Amino acid sequence: MRRLLSSRKAGIIIAVLGLAMIGYGLYRGEAAVVFTKAARICLECIGIG
Amino acid sequence: MDKKRDREWRRHRIQALWALLYNSYIMGFVHGKIYKGPLKNLCVPGLNCYSCPGALGACPIGSLQAVIGSWNFKFAFYVAGFLIFTGALVGRFVCGWLCPFGLIQDLLHKIPFPKKLKTFKGDKLLRKLKYVILAVFVILLPLFAVDVLGQGAPYFCKLICPAGTLEGGIPLVLLNKSMRSAIGWLYAWKNILLLATIFISIIIYRPFCKYICPLGAVYSVFNPISVFRYKVDEEKCTGCGACARACKMQVDPVRNTNHTECIRCGKCKSICPEGAITSGFWNRKDSSRQEKSR
Ligand code: SF4
Ligand code: SF4
Repeated sequence: MRRLLSSRKAGIIIAVLGLAMIGYGLYRGEAAVVFTKAARICLECIGIG
Repeated sequence: MDKKRDREWRRHRIQALWALLYNSYIMGFVHGKIYKGPLKNLCVPGLNCYSCPGALGACPIGSLQAVIGSWNFKFAFYVAGFLIFTGALVGRFVCGWLCPFGLIQDLLHKIPFPKKLKTFKGDKLLRKLKYVILAVFVILLPLFAVDVLGQGAPYFCKLICPAGTLEGGIPLVLLNKSMRSAIGWLYAWKNILLLATIFISIIIYRPFCKYICPLGAVYSVFNPISVFRYKVDEEKCTGCGACARACKMQVDPVRNTNHTECIRCGKCKSICPEGAITSGFWNRKDSSRQEKSR
């Protein structure tokens, strides 16, 4: 296990897992929530909301 | 010494380029409005407020809270996947090179002050605070402290984030009349936090990154396994300790290469008189020091 973690394989496997999660999130339509939040002034972020 | 300083400024120039790239919507600054185009679907790797008038992309920490706090999605595969992908590829290299708020703190720390603090009692323990902030303000509160519609607020943005105040709050309030009329105690609180962050950054190197930033907390856990990593050549290293003394994050790269606090700034690499420290995606033998130190 330690050898796997200290090799680069673990990083590559986890990066691929991340890509798969991005794909699944896009499929579920999560990007629309990100867009809706990011394309309007976020009142909480700027300290008004 | 000058060569080392040159290298540091080269890093700052790259950081500045990224900051510009993230915030190149000039019309936003002209009209006091924000960009609303399709790039806002995408997260940027560093901490950069999406309510900055110039911001072209979305802040990953803001986006994470938005999805977790939305009534229909309670797990953010898209944003978490982006963070996992970026972290697994480069870890906290993002902090050292790609984050505008990291650059701001780097520059603030160059301001002379009678007594700069390298470390203090409780420093190590305080570094754990960023993980608590990630768990409580970014995940648990948006998930559970919800309104009647089942929506949670982005509590980290709302109560803590000084990047939001600096990049979004101050310019929008200055440029936009309707915003000016809406400010209240929360705006004052966030400005106090921003001022404190600025002042402490002059004395301590990157206090926000060390103790507060939830994005740094996420990337830090990937440092030991990321594809991009540091390596110390045991045969070349004489154990002089110059690298550990030079590190402003108080990491000893010889004892613990790819430590969670390492922002991959490269200072240790450029100071090593033996050229024993290297970094990259491909160095042949993987670091064994990492295992030794555990
Ligand atoms: S710790 Fe946070 S603010 Fe600091 S450089 Fe990393 S992402 Fe940016
Ligand atoms: S260990 Fe080296 S690369 Fe990492 S933060 Fe310290 S000086 Fe920078």
